[in-house]
Parts: sequence; structure tokens; C-alpha cells
Amino acid sequence: MSLAASTRWRQPSILPGFGLAFGTTLTALCLIVLIPLTALMLRAAGAGWADIVAIASSPRTLAALRLSFGAALIAALVNTVFGLLIAWILVRYEFPGRRLIDAAVDLPFALPTAVAGISLSAIYAPNGWVGSFANQLGFQIAYTPLGVMVALIFIGLPFVVRSVQPVLAESERSIEEAAALLGASRLRTVFRVILPAVAPAVLTGFVLAFARAVGEYGSVIFIAGNIPMVSEIAPLLIVIKLEQFDYAGAAVIGMMMLIVSFVMILVLNLVQAWGRERLGHV
Amino acid sequence: MSSSRPQATAVPPVGRLRRIVDIVSIIAAFAFVFFVAWGARAQELLNVSYDPTRELYRAINTAFIAQWKAKTGQTLTIRQSHGGSGSQARTVIDGLNADVVTLALAGDIDAIAERSTLIPKDWQKRLPQNSAPYTSTIVFLVRKGNPKGLKDWGDLAKPGVSVITPNPKTSGGARWNYLAAWAWATKNLKDEAKVREYIAAVLRNVPVLDTGARGSTTTFAQRGLGDVLLSWENEAFLAFDEFGKDKFDIVVPSLSILAEPSVSIVDGNVDKKGTRATAQAYLEFLYTPEAQKIIAKNHYRPRNVEAADPKDIELFPKLDLVTIDAEFGGWAKATKTHFDDGGTFDQLYKPAR
Amino acid sequence: MSDITFAPRAPDQEISGESLLTRLVLIACALVFLGLFLFLPLISVFAEAFKRGWEAYLAALADPDAASAIWLTLYVAAIAVPFNIIVGVAAAWAVAKFEFKGKSLLVSLIDLPFSVSPVVAGLSYMLLFGAQGYFGPWLKAHDLAIVFAVPGIVIATIFVTFPFVARELIPHMQALGTDDEEAALTLGASAWRTFFTITLPNVKWSLLYGVLLCNARAMGEFGAVAVVSGKIRGVTTTIPTQIEILYNEYNGAAAFALASLLAALALVTLVLKTFLEWRYADAIAASTHR
Repeated sequence: MSLAASTRWRQPSILPGFGLAFGTTLTALCLIVLIPLTALMLRAAGAGWADIVAIASSPRTLAALRLSFGAALIAALVNTVFGLLIAWILVRYEFPGRRLIDAAVDLPFALPTAVAGISLSAIYAPNGWVGSFANQLGFQIAYTPLGVMVALIFIGLPFVVRSVQPVLAESERSIEEAAALLGASRLRTVFRVILPAVAPAVLTGFVLAFARAVGEYGSVIFIAGNIPMVSEIAPLLIVIKLEQFDYAGAAVIGMMMLIVSFVMILVLNLVQAWGRERLGHV
Repeated sequence: MSSSRPQATAVPPVGRLRRIVDIVSIIAAFAFVFFVAWGARAQELLNVSYDPTRELYRAINTAFIAQWKAKTGQTLTIRQSHGGSGSQARTVIDGLNADVVTLALAGDIDAIAERSTLIPKDWQKRLPQNSAPYTSTIVFLVRKGNPKGLKDWGDLAKPGVSVITPNPKTSGGARWNYLAAWAWATKNLKDEAKVREYIAAVLRNVPVLDTGARGSTTTFAQRGLGDVLLSWENEAFLAFDEFGKDKFDIVVPSLSILAEPSVSIVDGNVDKKGTRATAQAYLEFLYTPEAQKIIAKNHYRPRNVEAADPKDIELFPKLDLVTIDAEFGGWAKATKTHFDDGGTFDQLYKPAR
Repeated sequence: MSDITFAPRAPDQEISGESLLTRLVLIACALVFLGLFLFLPLISVFAEAFKRGWEAYLAALADPDAASAIWLTLYVAAIAVPFNIIVGVAAAWAVAKFEFKGKSLLVSLIDLPFSVSPVVAGLSYMLLFGAQGYFGPWLKAHDLAIVFAVPGIVIATIFVTFPFVARELIPHMQALGTDDEEAALTLGASAWRTFFTITLPNVKWSLLYGVLLCNARAMGEFGAVAVVSGKIRGVTTTIPTQIEILYNEYNGAAAFALASLLAALALVTLVLKTFLEWRYADAIAASTHR
């Protein structure tokens, strides 16, 4: 049956259920994701080209986008380095509290973003636990772009850890041992053997953490300071546009963020698909 | 055990029947009670309001529900929704089923009237005193002992003073703050260029722009940021109650603005839900002596001073109050000049760093 | 069982291990990072929640508005999570077991809700179902409410949690390949039987993990829900929106009490998951390595 239904764009398979599975996915995708986002696009397009360009190129929009994407990038990089480290110690080392940490890593998914923002701002404010310490060292964390990064690091924390962990757990220790036996230093083994093996997973985690951070609103507004041109993130600008009943302007900025994020994710998935074809099942 | 078993098998026909009857009658009783309760409930009002009125309307609602019950026998439920004044107006435009709106400024209700057919354009004339049953003003909340010696609006522009206010783009209270400062500057500096210079200097002293009045109060009171908080008068008193009188002082500037938070029925919604009479009575209740007393107790300035407890009235400092209509030509004009994209706020806001 | 628990993960004699010092330094680095960015916020949530003592904590949870928020949150999750399980499994089946053109595009579209700002998601639904939106007048004429009512909250939650199950299942199912299913089908098993007795047991751990994450996120979502909820106390407030309301009423203790409930819930489910993994370590190893 499935053979009969198979079309040219799909390679034949003896497994059944493609039509049902694909149909269900596509229907849900359209209803939940695509139609609403199309409405957003339509409203943005309704603004007319001149307005779209004016909104998209205004210094304030650009500053907000730069901050959103820049802070998200830095936060994702920090999360990549430390995510890799955390995944490494969770998989390879045994120490007290390991299981607790393993469980707690997912917490940023579960904690409402507003709560995260409130508690982070309480900790990193100049009179908070960490903030007062930083204050003595002469810099401020909360209410500066640094505060934005803190919030984004928090919400993106689980992505890299969770992407890398299973790959690291399954990677063959024997290859490392072989490298060591052949005389490679440990550092060399790490950079030449281990890192290349987990690279695709790291990339996935990085892009997911980045994409999630770009759009984050709830936690950031509490800790950012929200100063125009300095610590004002793009989603806040959308909210501000909405408060002025400027739906089209809000939709335009929303659309810009959407397109950039989508292109990034698409490129990542293409790279991964390409890698799978080249290297077999990774 | 052995004795109970034959009993259990012998009884079933009758026992089961009785149990079924029991269950059915219990369900019926519940359904009846529920039905009656539902019928008596009949009326439910949704009051869409702005952030600082939570405590006020909790008290008002209790009083009105009691009065309504005594008058009509109906048990009324009043639901509340609170948020930034502008965003609350937007949710009503977008279809939130509000019976009445009680917002921070007339401009936000104007927006509903303009952008939907829910409220007629002349709504402000339908109730006494510009449809504002209570007023408030903007005062300064400073740290105990006023270490920076801030006395009036002019001091806010001094270098080294840190001023906390929400963002006028997202907060109704912040719009009143901005216009009060503008009004003081117009009166004292005369020249428009100097006024702009002054406002720009004040804005440079703002380290954090929260999205709402409550956020700013938290930043100032709990995070310890800033030397002065520009605040609703009622919020300043509330901060006293919440965070302790020993931490803050209120400074009353020489001049401030008469803030008139306005109320209106949402005609389109009440006619559909059949709640017009109740909603109308609810808003009219706000003007009664009983409600005015509650209003004063919650540190809003009542329209009817005689009705209030003199002790509450004593707390209100006397100061020169300008009105939005006389000073700025109404909300429509003020919004366009100052707060729309490219308005004076956008022109003058240059971040310090 | 004891040999599982105490089996050294990285024996000291091992030729490819790091020195003890390196290990300690690495662990210390990770712990400091986690402490700053994960445990401090967590501790502060619980510290705030219990600031006014146990009784205030319990009173905060027993408040009728809080109770209704908890109920609504459970209700929303009870619809959104099963929906996403069905769609996620279907998507993973289509993507992992078949080769077709445009697969990367499909996967990217499934991932899209990850990267869409919750504010933008809420805005999109508003543009669609709000009174000024494309379907608004029709909905109003038929007396149907989506935004500012429970359906809107459910849809927004489904949107935000859409990718979780599929994201967990796809890589796992891809790694497993199609051999088992092909064998079962060749031996005459029906399609559904193959799915329920071969595929599902093989991926049950990723599925469970995806469901846990999906559930946690569904209960914790704030941004998108805040836009479409209308914040009517006791009617359309979920736990996260109720937390914001309480916080704005200077009722920090009650706000954090509710927040701690979500955090505790997350921790319990995740600890449960870790426990199950540990308890059935052999089964998992068998299913992943086959």
C-alpha cells in the first residue's frame, strides 16, 4: 500500500504509515505554527515597503537587534564551552551530587522565565548576593547588557549539555586509548579525537541555545534595564510597538527575527543532513 | 469475612438498586444546587484595570457586591484583570470581554473608542467629573533623610542624581511623570529650548526603564537602585506600607499634575452580555460616599472630600496641580507630541553611555 | 545491582584518563558555573518562598486564585502534552524512517517554535484570533472565544512545546535505523503491531525524556501565554501568570511559593527520570546499542 502511495520525491520503503505520519505532522504544523506565522507575515507586509524599510533600518531597531543577536551569540558561546565541560564531567567522572546536577540541568526549561528574571535580578543587582561582590570589583551586572547575557546564559544552559551528553556517553573509549597508546598527549587526543566526534552535537546545542536566546523576553526585561539603544532587546521593542497600537511595526520586527532564526536553523539542519549522508549514521 | 460474603451476594438486587438511587439523587442534588447557584450567580462583571489599583478594587468590589446583594438579592461576581494601562486597553480592543474599564489615563480609553466600536467617542461626558471618580498625582519617593537634598523637579536634572521612572512608552504612570516634569519646566524655564534641555538632562539620569510602575517601585525599593522614584502618590504611600516607613521619605514638588484615572462601561460588551445595568451601577457606586471613603483609604484623592475619613485626607499634601487639558490640550494631542514614535521622548532620550 | 552503582566510570589506572588534579579543576569550574547560573537562582526561589515561614507558604498555595491557576495549568498541560506526543511521534516516524526531499525544511519548521520569541507567537495568535484579527469578526459572530480564554492558552502552549518530543525522538530513531521494523513486517506483523511492539519500546527513553521536557515547559511557559491570557484572576491565569500578578502585588513570598512548586515539580520529574534510567540502566543500554 505504501509502495503504491509512494511518490517520486520520496524513496520507496517497505515501512508503512508514511502518509499518516507525514499528514498528521503537516496538518499540526500548519494549524499551530505556519498559519499564525503567515498572519504575522501578512500584517507585516501590509505595512508597505517604505514603512518596512523605515522600521527595519531605524537606529533603535538595529541597536535592539544587535543586542538581541549579539548577547544571544555570546551567551550561546559561553554555554557551548561550559555545556561541553558539564556534559564531560557528568559522563566521565564520578563525584558526589552528580545525579542531582544531572537532574537540575533541565531546570531552566521548567522555571517560568519571569521567575528566572526576578531571581536573577535579585542576585545580580548591585545589592544582591553576586551583584554586590561585582560592585566592589567596580562593575555592574544587572541593568546593563551584561545582565541580558546572564539571563540568556541561564535559559540556554540545558541545550548544549543535553545535545552533547548522549553522544559523549556512546563514544568509543577504545579510540582514545588507541590514540594514547600511539603516543598522543591527552590534550592532543581531546582536540583531535574527542572534539571532532562530538562536534555535530555541539553545533546543534549551540544553535538551539542561540535561537532560544534571541527571542527570549520574560526573563530579560527584569534584569536588562531596558534603556533604549543600550539594553533594549528586540522583543521588548515589539512590545513597545504594540503598546502604541502599531501592530504593523511590531509584526515587521517580529518577522525580521523570525527570518534570521529560521535561516540559521535551516542551515544547521542542512549541514547535519549533509554530514549524515557523508559520514553515514552519526 | 465468611459471614459477610453470603450477605453481600444475597443483598445485591436491593442493595445495588438502592445504591444507584442514592448516587442519582446525590448527583441530582448537586446539579440542583449548582443550577440554583448558577442561576443566582447570573451576573458576572469583568473590570479591566491598570496595575496600582489592585488593592483599591479589591476593597471596592467587596463593598459593591454586598450592596448589590442587599438591593437585588443577586450574588455578583466581579473578576479583575490588571496590567499596564496601555496594554490593558489593547487587550480590550483585541477582544477581552471587559464590562468596565478603569484605566490610568483617558487617552487609553480614547484609544479603545477610536480603534474599535466598543465605546462611543463621547464616553468621558457620561459620568461626572470627566468620568474620573478619583484623582491622584505624581510625587517623589526618596531614600530616608533625602541624602541628595532633592526638593523639586529642577533637582532631578542635576548631574549625579539617579532617577527611577518606568518607560512612558509602556506605562501610563510614566506618562504622567513625564508630563508633570514638562509642565514644571514650562512654568519655570519658559523657553522651549530650555525645557527640552532640562527633560533631556533628567532622562540622562535614568539608569533603568522598567515597563511598568510596579517594576520601577521594585527596582527602587528592593534592588536599591536610584536616589528618587517618580511615583503615583498612592503607590508612594503603598511603598511605605509594604517596605517600611523607616526607609523612605515622600518629597512633594512645588507643582505636579492632576492625574485623572478614568472609567467607562464597554458598551459593545455589556450589551452583548446583558450586564449594562449592573456595570452602570458599579461605576456609579464609585461616586457614592461609601466608595469615596474607600478610595481615600487607599490613598487616591476622592472627589468628595467630606465623605472620606479626615485622617486619610490629612495625608494628602497640598500642592499646585495642573491639568492635562489646560496644559497640554488633552490626551490625543499630548500623546502625539510627546509619546508617539518620533515624539519629544524619542527625540530627547539619549542614553548616557 | 550494587555493581552498577559502584562501577567506576573512569578507573584511575586508565591509560586515557586525566590526572586527578585536572579532574578536580574541571569539576570545580563546572560547579562554579552551575552555582552562579543555576543553583543560586534556584536557592533564591526557595529562600524567598519560605521567607515568611511554612504556614505562609501553604496558605499561598491554598489561596483560591492560586488553586485555580494550578488547576488551569494542569488542564492545559493535560491537553498540550498528549497532542505533542502524537504529533511528535508522527513527525519522528516520517522524518527518521523515510527518505524524502525537503526533509531538512520540514525539520527546520518543526524546530521553528524554539526560536520564535514567545512574544511573537502570542502576537501571531492575536493577529489571527483577536477581535481585530483575520478570524476575529467570524469568531465573535459565532460567540466563540479563543484568545483571552482557555483555548488560546492551550494553543499558545502547544506552539511553545511543539518541537520537544520530535526533537528528542528524531536523532534516536535515525540512529536505530529501520532494520527491526522491516524484520517484523517481513515476519507478518501488522503495521500497528510493529509500531507498538518494536518501535515504541526501542525509543521509550527518548520519548519519556521528551515528554518530561515538554511537560515542564508547558507548565512553565510565560511569555506567549501572558499575551493571550487577558490575565483575568481566577479564570485565565496559569501558574506563571499568577506568579507575575502576585509579584506585582508585592506578594513576593506567595509568588515564589508558586514558583517553587514549579521548580519542585520539575526537579521531582527529572529526579524520577534519573532514577528510572539508573534502575533500568541495562535495558537502556540494550535499547540504544541494540
